Amino acid sequence: MFRRVLGKTFGFVGYTIQYGCIAHCAFEYIGELVVCSGPSMEPTIVNEDIVFSERMSRHLCKIQKGDIVIAKSPFDPNMNICKRVIGLEGDKVCTSSPSDLFKTHTYVPKGHVWLEGDNLRNSTDSRNYGPIPYALIRGRVCLKLWPPHSFGTLSESPTERIIKTQSDSDSD
Amino acid sequence: MAQQATAGRCCLRAFVSGFFVAVPVTVTFLDRFAYVARVEGSSMQPFLNPEGGSKCDVVLLNRWSVRNYQVQRGDIVSVVSPRNPKQKIIKRVIGLEGDFIRTLGYKNRYVRVPDGHFWIEGDHHGHSLDSNSFGPVSVGLLHGRASHIIWPPNRWQRITPSLPANRGPLDTEEEED
Repeated sequence: MFRRVLGKTFGFVGYTIQYGCIAHCAFEYIGELVVCSGPSMEPTIVNEDIVFSERMSRHLCKIQKGDIVIAKSPFDPNMNICKRVIGLEGDKVCTSSPSDLFKTHTYVPKGHVWLEGDNLRNSTDSRNYGPIPYALIRGRVCLKLWPPHSFGTLSESPTERIIKTQSDSDSD
Repeated sequence: MAQQATAGRCCLRAFVSGFFVAVPVTVTFLDRFAYVARVEGSSMQPFLNPEGGSKCDVVLLNRWSVRNYQVQRGDIVSVVSPRNPKQKIIKRVIGLEGDFIRTLGYKNRYVRVPDGHFWIEGDHHGHSLDSNSFGPVSVGLLHGRASHIIWPPNRWQRITPSLPANRGPLDTEEEED
């Protein structure tokens, strides 16, 4: 009697560990659901939207310019930020705002990315804190799941902040 | 014939079920608990790799203790390199957020470590790519804390946090009030 209970307990614990590990691998290497909050990515993603962010691109280093990514905040590793990639390492990015008279540019250092929110007026991003290391990126947002009326893939950048280089037009 | 087919199928089923248990458990263990890594290079001499060359130390990286990004000054940690996301570097934590650091060869003489960042240095100054080259490192890049040296056997030891002489942050006692 006691041995049966012990056997069942061990079996239960074993199954929990196994399914827990499979869940960890799924969230870490396949993708996760993210609830977004804040106005910095309007109109593409608004407050309380639920999106699916896939992890494979990040592990295979295939994040591209124009992708929306979820990244760890450089100032608080327990918080996540959702922004669009404007420049990868070596790219030229514009650091002045559209209202400035003289435009200033900078080049993204090696191993870093330049992120900006789609809602330029209400977004704290690389224009404030500089480029962030690539390894802080957690995943690429590929699908919006909620609300149902805007279900589907996400649109291109509404701001014209991405500077296209010669190599981009060649690869198209 | 039929017996061979069923034996083959049994083997395949056993293999597949074993695979689906072993791989996720191993991957989860390496991601969440502990990781073993070989230290290459001379940036942490004389503490790690004192002989250099072909004799590299192997350390045990504790990933569970950094799950909440808690580190102490003097810990040896492995961090994803800000210059190359595919590479991990092993350095010592010299300062945490809010500390003032007197730098060695950085663009500013004195630096206040921003929130959510820390300052890492290799023990072998001048031969180390660390915060003196690329500035404070974001805590989100923390990978693990080196807790033990496990190879070669004559160098088995537990690694305790200790700051090198003259490399601590400035004025820490006053700031803790």
